[in-house]
This record gives sequence, structure tokens and C-alpha cells, in this order.
Amino acid sequence: MTAACLRLDKISSSYRFGKENLFVLNEVSLEVGAGEFVSLLGPSGSGKSTLLKIAAGLLQPDSGKVLLNGRAITGPARVGYMPQQDLLFPWKTVLQNAALPLLAAGHNPREASAKVLELLPIFGLDGFASYYPHQLSGGMKQRAALLRTVLMESTLMLLDEPFAALDALTRENLQGWLQQILNRFQKAVLFVTHSIDEAIYLSDRIYMISQRPGKIILEITIGLPRPRSRSVVTSPLFASYRQTLMQALSVAPETAKTPRPF
Amino acid sequence: MRKWPGLNRNLPALLFSAALIALWELTCRKLTLPEYLLPAPSQIILALKKNYHLLMKHASATLHAVFAGLLLAVAVAMLLAVAMDRSPLLKKVLYPLLVVSQAIPIFALAPVILIWLGVDLKPKIAVVALVCFFPLAVNIVEGLEQVNPEALELMQVMQAGPWFTFKAVRLPSVLPHFFSGLKISATYSVMGAVIGEWLGGSTGLGVYMTRMMHSYKSSYLFAAVIIVVLLSLILFKISELLAWLTMPWSREEHYQNNTRSE
Repeated sequence: MTAACLRLDKISSSYRFGKENLFVLNEVSLEVGAGEFVSLLGPSGSGKSTLLKIAAGLLQPDSGKVLLNGRAITGPARVGYMPQQDLLFPWKTVLQNAALPLLAAGHNPREASAKVLELLPIFGLDGFASYYPHQLSGGMKQRAALLRTVLMESTLMLLDEPFAALDALTRENLQGWLQQILNRFQKAVLFVTHSIDEAIYLSDRIYMISQRPGKIILEITIGLPRPRSRSVVTSPLFASYRQTLMQALSVAPETAKTPRPF
Repeated sequence: MRKWPGLNRNLPALLFSAALIALWELTCRKLTLPEYLLPAPSQIILALKKNYHLLMKHASATLHAVFAGLLLAVAVAMLLAVAMDRSPLLKKVLYPLLVVSQAIPIFALAPVILIWLGVDLKPKIAVVALVCFFPLAVNIVEGLEQVNPEALELMQVMQAGPWFTFKAVRLPSVLPHFFSGLKISATYSVMGAVIGEWLGGSTGLGVYMTRMMHSYKSSYLFAAVIIVVLLSLILFKISELLAWLTMPWSREEHYQNNTRSE
């Protein structure tokens, strides 16, 4: 087998809650090929974010391996990682926030800001370089955070529900826009979401994960032709994918026997 | 750059104070109170004018101790806070002692400090530092505790070194806390110096006040009080100005004028 961009091999994870061990992930294996858009779809509390942190090397799994371009990782890995909150630093302007990964990687400041300024228009942030995050709308913040993630200079981006906090219209806009961006930058994406429609619309492939302890219960390839316009959501093929996924979700065994901590 | 906010906000307080002073003046004149009991504002102003040069001489001596003490307090507070942030054990050991150090009345401590350090500048600096370091240390510790762990994770993924992370995340997160500590400390610092001077020394506003008190020259005593209050206010404003200069992202004007929506 050729080396996938990201390969998770039988990842299990748990954390201690009081005296109990809560199992979060149960032998999850998945793969993201080069340039592929893969969604991890599942209900909240299914350990999706935990899995993403493990993929980024921020958490150590109890067992299993993470392979990045064929090599096992041991610590925080150089990947494009976008946590659930946009996490733009409020004390930095759009320009400074986006340039951060370049500066951290040792690029000189001039080069870094030139690069950011060049990309701002594509991210719909032309003229907003010197704005602070609190001066931006929700959609602009997410685009700025995505710009920063793109500039983390990795072939892989791990996105944790980037559009979850947005209103429906902005979300649809950004979904369409994200496809153009990815078309341009040719990055592989592991995209965490709990929205079935979002997953179908964006993905080449979808893994569905169950309630905690999270286990992959379904993997489907989305054969919708690209580029996809918004109208694709009304096509019969889209509807049948949605049907399959909803069914998988409803028949998923109630595996979470451990009490929920919150 | 826009106007540093100030006058408009303070106008109600200024008007109210002016009314109070007018009432005070009137009362003193109507009741013909003796000056040593309660000097009228006009008498205080007169005393201020007459003894202006002497007051300035003493004030500069006091300010000397204030600045040295504040600087010492900032340095000690930073060192302690960073050390306590690095080592949880050290925090457990030291933090209660810090609180205890503030519970001992400074009046009880100051004479001992005087015995240890002599009667000139040194004990005054020590008293100022003792009064000032606590609000600073507590606030810096709190700021360091509240650094967003997800932000630190993001820096790890960017492969940023400890110094880079400090500059990009820790320092700016701590700054607002530092400045709320500094505002309190700066306001207390003059009082600290005056207390130090009451107990010994040959120059300073505290020494001047003791002398005037002993000779029942209340208007001169009040004149010195005005200087103490003014100095405290000026130091408070300087702290605000420093905060405004070092944290451009938190300036009010950004919130008022530039918030965008899509």
C-alpha cells in the first residue's frame, strides 16, 4: 500500500474521570490520501476532537499508531491544525495572526507578511490586514483562521468543525468557498463535522463514527462530480447518500454504557 | 491615532467634587472654624502656594522612593510569578506566604525595616515594594494560569519554540492582568512611601506632614495631602497610558468605531 497522507491505525483512547476510565475511542482506523477531502462524521461526544488531537500528535493514544506520510509520529506534528474555537489571538491583527506559523517556522517577517498579503484577497480579507479579530464577523474570523491553517505549510489540514458556530447562510457560503480554496492549494483534509449535509457536500469520502466509545461504523465514498455547485444537494444521489448515513446513525448500537461525565 | 479617552468620562466626578469643595468652603466661612480644626479649601490653596517649593522638594524625594520601590516590586513580582507558574510545588509553598506578607500591618513592619536598613532611602523603597509587589504578583500569577491551553497546543503544532510561544501567547495573555495589578500598586505606592517617611527619614512628604501635624498647621498638612493625591492619580494615569500603549488591541476606539459585519 502506498503511503497515505495520514493513516490512523487502530487508535484507542481513554481518559480517567474520577475513579473510572472512560473509553473515548475504540480501535479507530482511517486514512486520508494525498489531496483527498475526508470527513469524520458523528454525534457530539463521539471523540471526534480527541481523534483530531491524536492525529496532530497533541495527545498520545492508549494504543495504535499515527502515520504521517508513512512515518509514525511521537509528538506534536507539523500539520495544519484548526481547533474548534477559531483561536485567532485577540492581541494580533489578521496579518499577524496569519503570519504566525510562517514566523514560527523561521521565515523572516517581511517575507511572511508579503505572503499573507498576497493571499488575503483569496480569503476575502483584502483590506482587513490590520483589523483585530473582534472587529471581524464570524465568517471572516473563520476565513482568517483557515488562512493561518493553510500557512502552516503542511500537505494535511485537520479542521475541527470550522463552520459549526456560523449561521446557516454564512456556513453555506463558506462551504462553497472552501472548495475553491482547496482546489487551489491541493491539500488533504480531515474534516470533523456533525452535519450530514456538510459532510456529503464537501467530501470525497466519509467515515461515520459512533457514540462514545467512538468506533467507525460506516465508510462511504461520495461519487458526486466536482466542482460541486450548491444545487447538488437536491440531486437524487445526494439524497441517497443522506439516506444511507441517517440510517447508519439511527441503527448504531447504543454503545455508550459508561455514564456521561457532564 | 485618536484621543486617549479621559475628560468626558471624568466630567461628572469633577463636577461633583467641585460642588463638594464649594460646600466645604461655605461651611468653614459660616461657622468660622479655626484653621487647625478644619482649614477651608482657600486656606489650603494659599498654603500650597506659600510652601510650593518646599513641597516640591519633598515630593521629589518621595517620588524617588516610589519609582525605585515600584520597579523593585515589578521585578520581584515577575520573578516570583514566573517561578510559581513553572513549579506547582513552589506555588504551594510560596503563595500562602505572599498572602501572609500582606496581612502583617505595614505599621508594625516598617520600624523593623528601618532598624535593618537605616533611615534614608532604602527602608522607604522597601516599604513601597512591600506594599506594591502583592497586587502585581497575584495578578501575574492569575494571568499565567489563564493562558489558553488550546493556544499553547496550536503553538506546539506550529513547532514554535518556548521563547516564540512566550512572546506570541503568554506575554500578551498576561499583560491585561499585569496592568490591573500595576494600577492598584501605583496608586498604593505613594501611600507606602509616605508611611515609610512617617516613621523616619529627613525628607519626603511624610516627613513634611509629620512636622506640620506637630505644629498644628493643618492647612499645610492638607496641602501635602493634595500633593499625595495628585501624585497617586498621576501614577494611576501613567499605568493606564502604559496599558493603552502596549495593548493596542484593547483600545476602546476599536470597539466603538470599526466593528464590521458581512
